[in-house]
Amino acid sequence: MGRYVLIESRDPYESRDVPYFYNLAADLAANGEQVTLFLVQNGALASRKDAQGDPLGGVLKNKVEVLADSFALRERGIQDSERHPSVKPAEIGSLVDHILAEGGTKVLWH
Amino acid sequence: MAKTLTICIMEPPYESANSTTSMRIIDAALRKGINVNVFAYEGAVSLTVKDQKPHPNPVHGTSVEEEKHPTTKELVAGLFELAKDKGVKLDWINCGLCVDERGAGNWIEGPRRGGPADFHKWVQESDAALVIPTK
Amino acid sequence: MKKILCVVETAYRGTQEEQDDAVLWFTHALKNGGGDVAILLRGNAVNYAVAAQDPAGLVIGKFSIEHPANPNKDLLKMKQAGIPVHVVREDTEERGISLNSLSKEFQLVSSRELPGLFAQYDQVWHW
Repeated sequence: MGRYVLIESRDPYESRDVPYFYNLAADLAANGEQVTLFLVQNGALASRKDAQGDPLGGVLKNKVEVLADSFALRERGIQDSERHPSVKPAEIGSLVDHILAEGGTKVLWH
Repeated sequence: MAKTLTICIMEPPYESANSTTSMRIIDAALRKGINVNVFAYEGAVSLTVKDQKPHPNPVHGTSVEEEKHPTTKELVAGLFELAKDKGVKLDWINCGLCVDERGAGNWIEGPRRGGPADFHKWVQESDAALVIPTK
Repeated sequence: MKKILCVVETAYRGTQEEQDDAVLWFTHALKNGGGDVAILLRGNAVNYAVAAQDPAGLVIGKFSIEHPANPNKDLLKMKQAGIPVHVVREDTEERGISLNSLSKEFQLVSSRELPGLFAQYDQVWHW
């Protein structure tokens, strides 16, 4: 089993290519890989639980760990009560920990 | 033994949040005692240009001193200082051909000139590599 | 030696001024330096697999751009140099690119095959 960190910097409302990256995360997980999707910058905009179309629904169903940069959430005023409960806030240091996890990681930025 | 992270960045300064996030990742890694290699490709070579100057803000009515406008060269210089304080290595290469075509050769102390072969060598020797592209 | 897959999705960014696609150029440079690299074209970059591209002829002021990038030809050279080139089939279909218009030298892959393709490489750089 390999380990992947997928870093999504864009939101699915401005960029219609973002669902490709979510689907990739889900497909990798379905293939038995350990996958973390880390939302940074406007990627964090998808983390509101009332976001139309439930953009992260498919990813979360496929047991992908979804983290959102705490700073990006704060910068965009996304309160804990608004955030999808399955999306965990994480410090940027946590991203570094995930990237350098033992056993090697493939890191992809979108 | 300290781990090593290699990062390739492409974004020119002041154009996108990618530059800020990449520097936050470098900062976080250095604070964790991780050695970091940075390969600045394309527009990212302009992050370290010495001729950058902060400016006042006429819309805010602030002077240069009041505005404290961060220049990317200062942010990068700060990362080098942080690395020194933490006793880890920050190695920063500006891609030479990218520097030449942009006239970005007058850079702050710290970075050095190099090319794709340097990045490849780093990648082979590092614990992880991350490419942050531009669009 | 770590095997590297370069996923290219941005297309025609600065290709006239640079006279290259910066990511294709970089990947070819790594190969020239002995690297073990491959290319996956996705998104708009699948258009690079279209054979009949003609980027020539731009004149700006008094400057003629003499050697504009021809990403299709560059990829053919890369393939000849031993760099595998894959193209995501669904992205060509989405853009209405006919199979006949694509260079035959490149390998079409389905997006469903990406996890298996990624697993063959030590690193996947998503440009």
